[in-house]
Amino acid sequence: MVLTSLQEVYNWGRKNSVWPLQFGLACCAIEMIASTMARYDMARFGSEVFRPSPRQADLMIVSGTVTKKMVPQIVRLYNQMPEPKYVIAMGACAISGGPFKQGYNVLKGIDRFIPVDVHIPGCPPRPEALIHGLMTLQKKIGLQSLTGDDRPRHARADEPSEFPIPGHGEHDLIPPRNPGIWQAPVSPRLKPAG
Amino acid sequence: METPQQIRDRIVGAVAGLQVECLPNGAPAGVPSLLVGRSCFREVAIFLRDDPQLRLDYCSNVTGVDWPERTEKFKVRRQVGEVEKDVEESRVIPGCLEVVYHLYSMSLKHGPLVIRVRTGDRSADVSVPSLTPVWRACELQEREVFDLFGVHFDGHPDLRRILMWDGFVDHPMRRDYVEPDDYDYEPTPHDHVLDRALARAKPGEAGCGSGAR
Repeated sequence: MVLTSLQEVYNWGRKNSVWPLQFGLACCAIEMIASTMARYDMARFGSEVFRPSPRQADLMIVSGTVTKKMVPQIVRLYNQMPEPKYVIAMGACAISGGPFKQGYNVLKGIDRFIPVDVHIPGCPPRPEALIHGLMTLQKKIGLQSLTGDDRPRHARADEPSEFPIPGHGEHDLIPPRNPGIWQAPVSPRLKPAG
Repeated sequence: METPQQIRDRIVGAVAGLQVECLPNGAPAGVPSLLVGRSCFREVAIFLRDDPQLRLDYCSNVTGVDWPERTEKFKVRRQVGEVEKDVEESRVIPGCLEVVYHLYSMSLKHGPLVIRVRTGDRSADVSVPSLTPVWRACELQEREVFDLFGVHFDGHPDLRRILMWDGFVDHPMRRDYVEPDDYDYEPTPHDHVLDRALARAKPGEAGCGSGAR
């Protein structure tokens, strides 16, 4: 009873003070900036303080195309953030590579290297969509338990809080994905018959 | 501004021994361009910049074109036995890399003039003179052409890769570039993506298996 109330107060405080990391990668970043300005005003959700240092941030909004050249820096920034930390993949490019998916230089989704909590589709998503994504994340934070078997990753000692930073090979990233957090789903159209 | 053909005639008349050719353009815009020989490329560029009638002081764009080796078929009329016939013959046109510069004049408010230069081939003889000493704006764009097409610019002050990382080996905008085989998850594949994804789903069959790059 006491623990449940404590958890509710704790999560209420956390979810209403999510501080994003201040960085943008492409045109989605412009929408991200717009959603913090007066018209959409993300400050209503306690998220207006974009921090210039990963050490002070709770949330990484991956806003835009992640090129293969940029991946090590993003994973490093994620590793430098203190727990509990969350990731929003904003826009088609951050989710899957988007219109550049078949390009030689674009990562096909940042969830291949860091765990993503909320995916927001769109190209770019409207500020309303980002705010909806933030509210989805707030709901998720509000439901996280402090103890028990269903406690989240950051409350488990055996789960990693840092992820390996890929290197640059002759043609691609090494490794091209982190199999510990991302496995390729089998596409229904590619299933062998029978 | 004069037409490219007039400019070409004036360049050749002004300085003896310059190789400049005016190439027509079949596209709807129809802007002809000047194909300049490699050996005199920088001289021609300096002429275009300093000529009082042209004063092309601004290089707005540098880009590359990859011309792979191709076979051209054509018909020749020839005596075969006792009859004269049209015989189809073919010849191989060697490949090359081309660099295209778009020039404008800020002071005289005209342009563009398109000048092009070609390398000897696509592997060994890939040097052209850099125009960075002529127009400083070429510096980054020539680096991009070097990165993506593999053209070496002689006289460039800082020729490094600009978009890809330093350890990258190929030149991705060349037509024979093979991209990394990361077709491991294609939710809505079609056309060549479907082929690559199918080949990847069933390793060992034709195409790129999981082991191939």
